Amino acid sequence: MNAIEFNNVSKKFRKGERFNSLRDSIPNFFSNMIGKGHGRDELEKREFWAVNNVDFHIKKGEVVGIIGPNGAGKSTILKLLSGIIIPNKGTLAVNGRLSALIEVTAGFHPELTGRENIYLNGTILGMKKKEIDEKFEDIVDFSGIREFIDTPVKRYSSGMFSRLGFSVAAHVNPEVLLVDEVLAVGDIAFQSKCAEKMRELLDSGVTIILVSHNIALIRNLCQRVILLDKGQVLKGGIPGEVIPYYENLVHRQRKHEFQKKMTRQQMDRVKVDDEAVVEIKEVHIMDETRDEKESFSVGTHFIISVDFEAKEKIENPVFSLEVTRADGVVCCMSDTREDNFSIVQIDGQGTVEVDLGKLNLAPGIYGVNAAVWDEKMIHPFAIRHVDVFFVEAEASARPTNAVFLWPMGWTINKTSSQDER
Amino acid sequence: MLKKVFQYRDLLFMLTLRDIRIRYKQAAMGFIWALFMPIVAVCAGILIKYAMANVSGTTIDLLEVVSISVKVLPWTFFISSIRFSVQSLVGNSSLVTKIYFPNAVLPLASTLACLFDFAIAIIVLAVLLTVAQLGVSIYLLWLPVLIIFLFLFTAGLGLLLAAGNLFFRDIKYVVQTMLTFGIFFVPVFYSVDQFGKWSVFLLANPVGSILEAINSVVVLQQMPDMGWFGYAGASSVFMFLIGLRIFCEKEPLFAENI
Repeated sequence: MNAIEFNNVSKKFRKGERFNSLRDSIPNFFSNMIGKGHGRDELEKREFWAVNNVDFHIKKGEVVGIIGPNGAGKSTILKLLSGIIIPNKGTLAVNGRLSALIEVTAGFHPELTGRENIYLNGTILGMKKKEIDEKFEDIVDFSGIREFIDTPVKRYSSGMFSRLGFSVAAHVNPEVLLVDEVLAVGDIAFQSKCAEKMRELLDSGVTIILVSHNIALIRNLCQRVILLDKGQVLKGGIPGEVIPYYENLVHRQRKHEFQKKMTRQQMDRVKVDDEAVVEIKEVHIMDETRDEKESFSVGTHFIISVDFEAKEKIENPVFSLEVTRADGVVCCMSDTREDNFSIVQIDGQGTVEVDLGKLNLAPGIYGVNAAVWDEKMIHPFAIRHVDVFFVEAEASARPTNAVFLWPMGWTINKTSSQDER
Repeated sequence: MLKKVFQYRDLLFMLTLRDIRIRYKQAAMGFIWALFMPIVAVCAGILIKYAMANVSGTTIDLLEVVSISVKVLPWTFFISSIRFSVQSLVGNSSLVTKIYFPNAVLPLASTLACLFDFAIAIIVLAVLLTVAQLGVSIYLLWLPVLIIFLFLFTAGLGLLLAAGNLFFRDIKYVVQTMLTFGIFFVPVFYSVDQFGKWSVFLLANPVGSILEAINSVVVLQQMPDMGWFGYAGASSVFMFLIGLRIFCEKEPLFAENI
């Protein structure tokens, strides 16, 4: 039997301010009565689908991650599942006792002591008083704030506050658990306790839906991942497939922003020399088939060519090229003088081409900075810093913080008789 | 609808306890707080009675003071319950929007917490009346039933207004105004007999007929008017059910409209 069934569910919300006083609503009410009624399925002005025709089924004991950019509808789905809001279209069913590790401190009252809040919050989360009596000691031990248990929680530090909240919520013993970005609570010691608790829950066969921006966590815990964007399911499947797809999606979006930013900066710079004698017309970023592309996969043969136009004759110009990561790290830079490639003179239009060999940059967004200099590289004739390309993350690739994916050949020479594997 | 609330009875209990604790925890007056409003109201009532007696050239007797005190307690229970209930959903918006539980427990807990204050005040008044050797009779057995009626009516109205205030925030102000001047429209300081045939309008308000019945069984030591008693009972149960029903019907819309 499925633990969770989500059948073509849609939920709409409204943007902007809305009426919530009688004074505004009474005239509105009458005008609505006169006007024709709206169907449940249609969008009125200012409305949008926060969740649009989402369909998934989760089997008992499965651990499923939901990822997606902000505003994708992740939290709305959790709210729909927990029953706080109801869908406009579609049906959903949850089989088994549901608990949510969401906003674990929402039920706390600052004036009450830790002890009183454990009972209050526990019952809010659906526990019986007797159940809490039984688990009380465990909860206090888990939270690690025994000495402050009879202090009003308003005197707690924010860490203690959320630790207590998590401790209560973690002891609910659900059959279906919804988790929304709460695992990053407390100090390192507490976090490892949380991780242990999560493991325990995983092993006990609880069905878990995990919403997080922490991709590493999703990768480690989930058997299946659902990628959402703008209320719709973009992709679902094993983490190794969905996560790289998501990373590419994010990078692609960021690439546009990056490009815009660079273009803006370029505009500011260009004003300096209007009467440029050399103009860089275009920079082409291409693969080995000379196909101009925006995104490349790792290992592609990579060529950059620079179209220029010299308005007068220039002797011994120097071309330079720089590849910069989005965060400003310069990944490589070189110029024709450095590489002892001499260009006697340029006049009119032409193209300079650089072959960079196999692309071994790590997935991410990169900018290309091309420039033409005078002989001594003191004065630039032209600088162009607007071209952007993007290296795709590959399915099942491990995440990396490195700049380069260097092909590395490992060998080992045993020097002692000690056992090494 | 009631089943769901019953399932969460432990939560209802905890929330009631929370409301009571918060009210008494930082209050310098402690339990005197429960008596404060009734005492002020009784003083106001005596003042008005005194003025009326002056005009008509009579004096006030003890029975009239007792009558005022007896009716003031349920009245203060009613108005403080409504006052807390109206705010109960909006004041706990983080719970309403973030955690699923039958939201009806919030206004119900507010009403129950006021019932606790009411109980304290009743005990104090009972002691006073016993000392004054007044008010003990077989007819007192009607009192619990009347208090149940009042509770049901108050809880039902509280549910309705709490839900209303969630959608329209100005309901709170309407309610506050009504509660401030309500005491003049309800037979607390006076008795409905003084209005002759117009008394029907005062008794049509279930709170009015309940207060009159309470006055009959406690102070006058006689059977309540069975017609009005039946009316009060029926309208209280009706109010509770309709309040709960509308509340539960609108409940799925709470989180996104709050």
